[in-house]
Amino acid sequence: MTTLAHTLTDSRTMFRRQLLHLRRYPSLTVMLIGLPVIFLLLFVYVFGGAVGAGLGGGRDAYVDYLTPGILLFTVAGAVAGTAISVAMDMTEGIVDRFRSMAIARASVLTGHVLGSMVQIFIALFAVLGVALLIGFRPTATPLEWLAVAGVLTATSFALTWFAVALGIVADSVETASNTPMFLSLLPFLGSGFVPTDTMPTALRLFGEYQPFTPIIETLRGLLLGTGIGNSAAIALGWCAGISLLSYVWAKRKYNKRAAS
Amino acid sequence: MSTTVTTRPAVSVAGLRKSFGTKTVLDGIDLTVTEGTVFALLGPNGAGKTTMVRILATLLEADGGSIRVAGHDPVREADAVRAAIGLTGQFAAVDKLLTVRENLRLMADLNRLGRTEGRRRVDRLIQRFDLIESAPKPVSQLSGGQQRRVDLAMTLVGNPRLIFLDEPTTGLDPRSRVEMWQIVRELVAEGVTVFLTTQYLEEADQLADRIAVLDHGRIVAEGTPDELKRQIPGGHLVLRFADPGALRTAAAVLNVTNRDENALTLQVPSDGDIASLRAVLATLDGVHVAPDHLTIHTPDLDDVFFAFTGNPASTDEETR
Repeated sequence: MTTLAHTLTDSRTMFRRQLLHLRRYPSLTVMLIGLPVIFLLLFVYVFGGAVGAGLGGGRDAYVDYLTPGILLFTVAGAVAGTAISVAMDMTEGIVDRFRSMAIARASVLTGHVLGSMVQIFIALFAVLGVALLIGFRPTATPLEWLAVAGVLTATSFALTWFAVALGIVADSVETASNTPMFLSLLPFLGSGFVPTDTMPTALRLFGEYQPFTPIIETLRGLLLGTGIGNSAAIALGWCAGISLLSYVWAKRKYNKRAAS
Repeated sequence: MSTTVTTRPAVSVAGLRKSFGTKTVLDGIDLTVTEGTVFALLGPNGAGKTTMVRILATLLEADGGSIRVAGHDPVREADAVRAAIGLTGQFAAVDKLLTVRENLRLMADLNRLGRTEGRRRVDRLIQRFDLIESAPKPVSQLSGGQQRRVDLAMTLVGNPRLIFLDEPTTGLDPRSRVEMWQIVRELVAEGVTVFLTTQYLEEADQLADRIAVLDHGRIVAEGTPDELKRQIPGGHLVLRFADPGALRTAAAVLNVTNRDENALTLQVPSDGDIASLRAVLATLDGVHVAPDHLTIHTPDLDDVFFAFTGNPASTDEETR
């Protein structure tokens, strides 16, 4: 077999390992669904009337505005689970076993990334289902839905690799569960929950230039037909950049960390 | 013990050095492990045993020296070394969230054994390691001894010809320890080479064909268990007598000077076997003196270190 074939076989094996973890411990997935659903309900029913009025619609208009941001919030929260499970591997003996076997080096990490993406998509489907139940009315065509799936895949891929790197550099499982938390704040500090133009200048500028805003704007445009402009290109650029840097960072730290 | 003598070494190391920052952990190690034998690296915590194993198992790069493991260089030909070796570390390297069978399956898949051959080998190991009942249970539910067995079984899925066992019985209860020893003996009988680290002289004595004593990053003694034990004066009998008269008589006939007049005890060098015990008692019988009490002291790690370094075993933390 060639090296590439080995890499694929080993990655598939490690992916299967992560799927077993998912199946054996569904409580983590439930938690990763629970938090965004609570935020969705909280924002729609507590703040939705007032904020929706400000947007010139009402509660229903706010469900539509909010859902793309909540989807991203779901992804950002779910990758904390990735960091935790990577850190668990790193702090237990199993990583030494993998590293002393003649297997493709990155397959352990690839397995984590693929497993987490499955988990993220389960969570996304659940959250989207709740949003539809409480009045989210997307206007997307099948093709646009496909694009939505694509953007969410690219985003999940990027953030998962980032979380893998955070999980490797964390010196304990506790640290790994805390460091990705700032990601969950980013949808708030952008156009996820309210439009950025009501924010103070410094915050507005940050909100407009941080990676989550173009991703949210792209999702919103695809789902609801609002203007996308160059957001899609910027969003994909961010995803590609974050994926690449995180991959290189994660791989280097994996080789080094496990060697000390 | 293996009776086949081959000349090709499974491991050969010359002038190996490794430091972490300013701390020198391994300071010029030379050793050779013959194929099909058990080699024990004996030393206290902090001697550098784990570092040594990690270097040989490709997990860590040495600073200097030449190393061949299964005929390959662990840095330049890491994958060739990895394909030939198996590593069972001090801490069970198992996936605690998976069941015993799933852990073994994972190893079979990573060794790319294919479905049929993988299943066959997993079933055989489950049987051999007495894990039939635990097979469907998550590893986290097993005892420490069982987890260590799963760990070793995982190492064996790939059929390695050279196995590194880093303190395989540390923290195990006596029964699990004896079971682990039995497994190691069976492996050697099949022709596997075992490189073992341990803190216990008894373990090295039970299992090893050759023992190297590691202290502060240097090998301070090397040889067969018998060769080493002959140099260790630690084994002795302590005889306690009822009165000073009996003590003096016994000391005279046994020709020993090491006596404690207050405790009424006499220390007689002995390796603790029945024959030497009989001889001592027979000598005492000859002069009609009988000890009140007798204890046998077998040499331990401290005696080894006293014999070879003049210091008791160091106890600083193991450096990883």
